[in-house]
Amino acid sequence: MDDEVRMDDIRGMVLFVPGLQSLIDLLRERGWAVIGPTVRDGAVVHAEIESVDQLPRGVGDLQDAGSYRLRERDDEALFGFAAGPQAWKSLLFPSRELLWSGRRVGAEKEVTPAVVDAKRLALFGVRSCDLHALAIHDRVLAQREVTDTAYVARREATFIVALTCSDPGGTCFCVSMGTGPVPDEGFDLALTELLGQDGHRFLVVPGSDRGQEVLDDLKSRAGGGEVMPAGEQDHLGAQEVGAAAAQHMGRSLDTNGLRDLLYAHPEHPRWADVASRCLACTNCTLVCPTCFCTSVDVVSDLTGSATERWRVWDSCFTTDFSYLHGGSVRDSVQSRYRQWATHKLASWVDQFGTSGCVGCGRCITWCPAAIDLTAEVAAIRSGKE
Amino acid sequence: MPRLAEPTAVQPVESAMVPRLFRLVDRRQDTADTFTIMLEPNDGVPLAFIPGQFTMLSAFGVGEVPISVSGDAHVAGPLQHTVRDVGAVTHALARTAVGDVMGVRGPYGTGWDVADGHSRDVVFVGGGIGLAPLRPAVLEVLAHREDFGRVVLMYGARSPEELLFVDELKQWEDQGMEVLVTVDYGRESWQGRVGLVTKLIPRAGFDPRSTLALICGPEVMMRHTALALVGRGVRSSRIRVSLERNMRCGVGLCGHCQYRELFVCVDGPVLPYAQVTGLLGLREV
Repeated sequence: MDDEVRMDDIRGMVLFVPGLQSLIDLLRERGWAVIGPTVRDGAVVHAEIESVDQLPRGVGDLQDAGSYRLRERDDEALFGFAAGPQAWKSLLFPSRELLWSGRRVGAEKEVTPAVVDAKRLALFGVRSCDLHALAIHDRVLAQREVTDTAYVARREATFIVALTCSDPGGTCFCVSMGTGPVPDEGFDLALTELLGQDGHRFLVVPGSDRGQEVLDDLKSRAGGGEVMPAGEQDHLGAQEVGAAAAQHMGRSLDTNGLRDLLYAHPEHPRWADVASRCLACTNCTLVCPTCFCTSVDVVSDLTGSATERWRVWDSCFTTDFSYLHGGSVRDSVQSRYRQWATHKLASWVDQFGTSGCVGCGRCITWCPAAIDLTAEVAAIRSGKE
Repeated sequence: MPRLAEPTAVQPVESAMVPRLFRLVDRRQDTADTFTIMLEPNDGVPLAFIPGQFTMLSAFGVGEVPISVSGDAHVAGPLQHTVRDVGAVTHALARTAVGDVMGVRGPYGTGWDVADGHSRDVVFVGGGIGLAPLRPAVLEVLAHREDFGRVVLMYGARSPEELLFVDELKQWEDQGMEVLVTVDYGRESWQGRVGLVTKLIPRAGFDPRSTLALICGPEVMMRHTALALVGRGVRSSRIRVSLERNMRCGVGLCGHCQYRELFVCVDGPVLPYAQVTGLLGLREV
């Protein structure tokens, strides 16, 4: 244990709030647009930030099934909230993306593939749940026989500043899914916000060569009072933040034998029960950081001489999703909820070697009918209707 | 909307979603609502496929549909698809005139793997338009007729007017295939069989212990056919079905065609019956 701390000690650094500003400045100088959390319309959402003043200072949240409210914290924390409504996926895997455009030229036709606009983005404050969601999207979209080439281009242009979750929400269950609350890999830098008698500061550790490079640069340029080498106390403090967060999960999900459980109960009466409450509104699939299903929209001008194909997010909760001539394969809401839950928690494992759920709780918080995935699965496990 | 930095890395990417252009060189009306289109690639590079695979056919300004290739995989010539006019895209394809250009992506998915039937009897069971995806496999077997034992086609359609490839069925008989045809409803002039295709299975001439069975048709027909074949003694691992799902990308990325853990467009459409026996018995999977 002591050895571990000493190793981290060598690599880590402490940033005070002005040091965090210098990190943002440095990332911007190096060509990354910094996308971080900020408050808008009563929610913590992602936007491009230039200043630490745009971060949600002293803002917390209260989350429960079908409910999300911001609250005032009694401290100055900049990251004192849980997962907001937006996953990071819309930045790397936009909800709408041009695939190609076509044109009629006399009797001939021309097809022009779309170009990918892969902006260099630094994602600032990526929680461990969302970090795992990114890794799942990498597996689904980038590590396949045929890949989503636009996603791959964007992903390669992305710098990730991860964050130890310090105040999980009422719908969080990353501990159950083994995906948090402390970032383990897949980041360039990882921050842990420390509040206490030693002052408001951030432990930052590198997770990649370019992350180390940024830190070295920051160290050489930062003024006095901005940064200092991390000490053992800082590492211990960061461990406490993660350990405390792990103790404050609002929900839990028993994953033991989950795939086989769901495969064994496709006709369980609970599916009909949840369908009686589910509005099939698609909110859960839109806020889910791993849902990846898409459709293609055809957009044409009135003369029919120009046409475009757009890749758009789709949802297995629509009847159109499974449409074959004559009707939909999954006509009932019951079959659509079963498809979503079974895919997310069971068949995803067969397809991609991992669960499709990272325990971020968004599908619970943002369900207008307050349906709780963890409760539905527990009901199926208990055999109750 | 978050304000984003100016683009710094605009680049063209190779995308599997961009179609190749093909020209319609010939067209045949098979039945009242079913037609076969013959396509030649604009770039001159033929589209190689294995029997059982499908492509995504694209009508400009309308959309894309997955259609199995119905032509001969081993003879040079236009790319053939047999299409039933049932929706917006297939209707646009139906109205495409000779000389017009359409988009093609693919080929995608798994094939029938008829070589697995070498030295065995081969049984084809087709329902309605389901004979079209089987046709490349039939042609491959008949081209190497001596490599196989008895070869049987059981083909059912709703009515005699909806039977596909009627002239060809006679040729196939002449080439050493037993062809059994049945319809659900026939007028008085119909001299052939009436009834479900599954009823043909008990008396067709094949050895169930050494048979490869390939089935394509509506899901309920495939399920009952497979059950009847198993009932006669065919091993479920030697029965293959071709599943149909809503396929939008063809490469396993869009998620539409999922059949529990399977992406039908990549893992299928041709799948061993043994792999999907349980799922075929479930509704709305």
